[in-house]
Amino acid sequence: MPGLEDLYREIILDHYRSPRNRGELPPPAVRTEGHNPLCGDEIQVYLAVDNGLVSDVKISGQGCSISQSSASMMSAAVKGKPIAEVRSIVRRFKSMMTLEEEETAEADDQNVKLGDLEALQGVVKFPVRIKCATLAWNTLLQGLNEATA
Amino acid sequence: MSQDFTNLRQDFPVLSRVINSKPLVYLDSANTSQKPHVVINAMTDFLENGYAPINRSAYQMAAEATDLYEGARTAVAKFINAPNANEVVFTKNATEALNLIVRTWGIANLKQGDVVVLTHMEHHANIVPWHMLVAERGIVLRYIPLTADGQLDLSNLDALLTDAKVLSFTSMSNVLGTINPSKFLCAAAHRAGAIAIVDGCQSVPHMATDVQDMDADFLVFSSHKMCGPSGLGLLWGRQQLLDAMPPFMGGGNMIADVRLDGFTCAELPAKYEAGTPPITEAIGLGAAVAYLSKIGMHNIRAHEIDLATYTMNQLTQRFGQDIVIHGPTNIEVRGATHSFAFKDLHPHDVSQVLDQNNVCVRAGHHCAKPLMRLLGANATVRASFYLYNNHQDADALCDALEQASEFFSPS
Repeated sequence: MPGLEDLYREIILDHYRSPRNRGELPPPAVRTEGHNPLCGDEIQVYLAVDNGLVSDVKISGQGCSISQSSASMMSAAVKGKPIAEVRSIVRRFKSMMTLEEEETAEADDQNVKLGDLEALQGVVKFPVRIKCATLAWNTLLQGLNEATA
Repeated sequence: MSQDFTNLRQDFPVLSRVINSKPLVYLDSANTSQKPHVVINAMTDFLENGYAPINRSAYQMAAEATDLYEGARTAVAKFINAPNANEVVFTKNATEALNLIVRTWGIANLKQGDVVVLTHMEHHANIVPWHMLVAERGIVLRYIPLTADGQLDLSNLDALLTDAKVLSFTSMSNVLGTINPSKFLCAAAHRAGAIAIVDGCQSVPHMATDVQDMDADFLVFSSHKMCGPSGLGLLWGRQQLLDAMPPFMGGGNMIADVRLDGFTCAELPAKYEAGTPPITEAIGLGAAVAYLSKIGMHNIRAHEIDLATYTMNQLTQRFGQDIVIHGPTNIEVRGATHSFAFKDLHPHDVSQVLDQNNVCVRAGHHCAKPLMRLLGANATVRASFYLYNNHQDADALCDALEQASEFFSPS
C-alpha cells in the first residue's frame, strides 16, 4: 500500500496550512460553486476575467487537505494567465490525474509546466481522493465557461 | 450464561483479512455489516443445490425454495414479534420501504396542508420522500428538534404533533448513536391521531425489537445491516393499514387476476412483492436472523454497552479536548456508534491515516446533511461497532488517531 508521504507531500501540507488567494470577489467576477457529495466538501471559485486574462482568482469554502491545497495551488498557477493557457493547465492537470481522454488534449498541452502541482501526482495512488484533488479544477472550468460564454 | 463475544470474530471470514501485515479493524457497521459463515453458506448452498423460483412452479425444488423463502419471512416476523408473517414485506432496501409507505399510504391519506412530523436527526431516506410529497401534494413538514447532547427535545412534542397525520422517526441515529424512546413516541403519535412510522435500520440489528410492545404502525429495516446480504430490505406494517393501501409496484405475483380491462391485487404480502424477489438474499437473511437470535439480542446490546463505554472512555482519556464526540454521554440512551470531530483535522484526512492502519470508518455526512448543519460541520468521522468488535478494535482506533494527530501537527 502506498504510504502517507506519497499523498501528503510537504508542499501540499504547506498550501493546506497557508492557503493562497483565499476570499471572495465582487461582481462582475464570476462565482461558481462545487461540492463533493462523498465527503461534504464545498468550494466557491471567484474568477475575474479581463482582456482574455484571468486577472484575479479567489477561493473560499471548506474541505480536506487535498481539496484545499489543490485549490490553493490551482489559484497560484492560473492567476494572471491567458485563458487559453489556463485551459491548457487544466487539461494537463486532469491528465495527470489520469482523467482526461487522449483526444481532448491539444498539442501545446505537453509544454505546460505544472510546477508545484506535480506534488499532487501521489493522489493517483489513492483513487478515493482523486475527486478531492479535482474538485476545484472542475469548478474553475465551469466558471471559465460561464465567464467566456 | 451470557454469550462469549471473544471468539465471535471467527464466525466472520472477512475479518481474517490482513492488509499490509495489519489485521482488519472494521468500524463501519452502521453503514453495512459483515456476514457470518452461516449466512454465506446458506446462500451458496441454495445456489448450488436448490435454486428455483418461488410461489410459481409445481416441482419439488420450487416447493423447497418457497419453503425456505417463506420460512425466512416467518423468522423475520418472529424476530420483531409481528403478530402475523403476512405483515412482513421484502423490499430492495429500507429506503425503498420508506418510499413505499410514502407513495402508497402517503398518497392515499395525505392532502394539501396535512402535517407530517419528522426529527432533526433523520437519515435522508426519511426526509427526501416526504420533501417530494411536499412538492407534489403540499403537505407540511415539522421537525422535532434536538437537545445539546443529541437527544430529541420532547419539551414541545404535543404542540408539534397537534393536527399531525404522521410521526416518522428513527429509533436510533446513524450519526449520534442516540436511542430514541420509540414506545413513548408511538404513544404520543396515537394520542394526537397520527400514525407512527419507525426507521429501525440502526436499532433492529443491535437490540431486541417488539413491534407490538412499541405499538408502531410501520417499521423499516435493512438485511445488510444485520449480518444479512445487501439488496434486501424489510417493511413491517399493521395488516389493517397494508390492506387499505393502494399497491406500489405493478406486475407479476402482486395480482390475483389480470384482464384486458383491469386487475385485482393479491393478498398480503404478495400485494407488495411485484416481480421476482431477492430469493437467495431472503434465504441468507433467514440464516442471519437465526444466527442473531441464537446469540440473543439482549446479549448483543449488553456487549455494545460495554464497547461503547470502553471506547468513549479511551477516546476522552487519550485525547481530552482534542476530540468532540457527538451524541449523548449516557450509555443507556446510546449505541456503539460514535461520530466525532478530531482536532481541526478534516474527517477525510483522519480516515486516510486510519485506512493506512486498516481501521475502516466512514468520513462524510452519513446521509444526514440537516443534522450535519446542526452540528456545525460538513462532515464527521464515524466509528460504528457491532457484535464482532472488541476492545482491541477500540484501541486500534485510538492508536491510529494518535498517528493522525502526529502526522498533521504543524512542524
